[in-house]
Amino acid sequence: MTPRALDPFLRFAPSLRQAGFAVSPDQTVDFIAAVGVLGPRDMTDIWRAGRALFAVPPERVAEYDAIFRAVFLDQVIRAPTETEDEESEAHEPTGGTQDIEAGDEESEAGADATEAERLTSRSIASRDDAAAARLLRQAPAALPRRLSYRRRATPHGDRMDLRRTLREAARRDGEVLRLHETRRKSRQRRVLLLIDVSGSMKAQSEGMIRLGHALVQAADRAEVFTLGTRLTRITAALKPADAEQALPRAAAAVADFDGGTRIGEALQAFLAVPRYAGFARGAAVTVVSDGLERGSPAAMADAVNRLSRIAWRVDWLSPLAADPHYAPRTAGLQMILPVLDHLGDGASPGRVADHFLEYARRK
Amino acid sequence: MVTRATIAGISSPAELQTALDGAQYIADDALATAAYLALALGKPLLLEGAPGVGKTEAAKALGGVLGRSVIRLQCYEGIDAASALYEWNYPRQMLAIRQAGQDYVNLYSEDYLLERPLLTALRNPTGTLLLIDEIDRADHEFEAFLLEFLSDFTISIPETGTVRAVQPPVVALTSNRTRDLHEALRRRCVYHWIDYPSPELEARIVMTRASRVAEATAQAVVASVGLLRQEPLAKPPGVAETVEWAEAATLLNAQGARWPDAFARAIGVALKDHDDLSYMRDRLAAILPGEAA
Repeated sequence: MTPRALDPFLRFAPSLRQAGFAVSPDQTVDFIAAVGVLGPRDMTDIWRAGRALFAVPPERVAEYDAIFRAVFLDQVIRAPTETEDEESEAHEPTGGTQDIEAGDEESEAGADATEAERLTSRSIASRDDAAAARLLRQAPAALPRRLSYRRRATPHGDRMDLRRTLREAARRDGEVLRLHETRRKSRQRRVLLLIDVSGSMKAQSEGMIRLGHALVQAADRAEVFTLGTRLTRITAALKPADAEQALPRAAAAVADFDGGTRIGEALQAFLAVPRYAGFARGAAVTVVSDGLERGSPAAMADAVNRLSRIAWRVDWLSPLAADPHYAPRTAGLQMILPVLDHLGDGASPGRVADHFLEYARRK
Repeated sequence: MVTRATIAGISSPAELQTALDGAQYIADDALATAAYLALALGKPLLLEGAPGVGKTEAAKALGGVLGRSVIRLQCYEGIDAASALYEWNYPRQMLAIRQAGQDYVNLYSEDYLLERPLLTALRNPTGTLLLIDEIDRADHEFEAFLLEFLSDFTISIPETGTVRAVQPPVVALTSNRTRDLHEALRRRCVYHWIDYPSPELEARIVMTRASRVAEATAQAVVASVGLLRQEPLAKPPGVAETVEWAEAATLLNAQGARWPDAFARAIGVALKDHDDLSYMRDRLAAILPGEAA
């Protein structure tokens, strides 16, 4: 192969990466080797080799195909989804804020989600909060746990530790004095709290962040993010035990208080960062949001679907669900309802704290 | 390494496809390409797809084609190293200590080692096909452990030493995608998503698997199964269900049941969920193959 002919092969991986595929260098090497092994007889061979070696899941084949055409056949790339180009970025607080283009539609009154992005910061007062205090006290015993891969010796386990018993017996000429037992250790599952801080959640967001602080303090493994027009990780800000220190830091980190709602895109941004998506693996995920989405409901459904395949369970708490006659009506919530493990009441910090404390009973 | 690789006499995807045909497995071009690449590059083959599309069968057929014995490790929640690698036979060790009395006895010799699938696959001198089935059911930790095993094909046993693969096994993993696998694992593998086969292909599969089914029956069954899969069912029928449905209906027909009725009475082998059955009860007439055979 001349270097010129090799060119599209080398451009292919960066193009895929740009579109959010996780492609490692050795995958590229294997891909080129695979094409060599196949001949290749025609473009289909290259297409198939790429799909197999870059491990393209079925729902992303269309995207893959578009990139393939652009790189190998010089065809114009058609945007796979309309949300792709205005993707909201993941945002870890560093102080610098950038403006995302603001929608030109005036927000309507009522419970409607606001589309325009207004970057607003807010101060959060630390005050005595019964719900946060209760969560702080009771959470260590109530948060969900999972069995660890490792076993440890206990007086009363579920399996005999034959290895240890035999080793001891061998030392005493085959005399078994005691039967050792083991049990699998348990670890607390990671708990993930995603808080909607958009305008329609104005009344709740402050209390929820205070609750997030209690959660970070009480749990071995917890992560707290806020969702609005962008995604912000506030776990680090909530780490100080002193609420008076932690809450202002968290408030300062969030730049999109009371702004518009683009939950779908914020969730997609969450899943696009491998480290963040890793937080969700096997985790108990709770989203506190009214589900009033101004972005595309399809983006939200897609993101929640993917989230539910990674996470242990996904619970959605909506303030609107406090009403006993509540039924999810928005297109977005309708679409995600089948994959949610629980749709519950998120009207007050107290109810959300109850939700966390009920894990032990549910499992 | 831009050379054509030949493995067990197979030097192209098309040849592999023909060989799989001979092993009673009808593979499409894409699957044959992925499987051939896995063999040529010496990487594990990761097969994902809905339940019942023939992932496990594909791996077994591949083992048959290569002339390798298939060793299967069925994954489940809570699977651990002791049930995947090896275990010592403690009761026998205990007896040996008792019998030996004052004599020396080596408790950690071959006699007391119980091989589990992964160790068996490594130690087989003629090479094996290791089938790691339903990896999505195992815990994340087991996935990480497997990653290590698949990268260097060694198992270290503290009491005796490290076991190295005599001949690295060909590895196939299957997943029903009840959860997403770790990126690192997917990255190591050659990936193929097995979709439901096209109607022509599925009819051929029915004919191959169920020899007594008439061709018209096979085509009719495949057409109705295609319609069933478009319904919002909890468990859409897989390829195995198609084959069974055709077989069951043929059997009932041979005993005197009339055609549409034979299909209706045998619906239990195609739909195995009470909610699905009650949902389809009224709609079934429109879907059933009318005048088959």
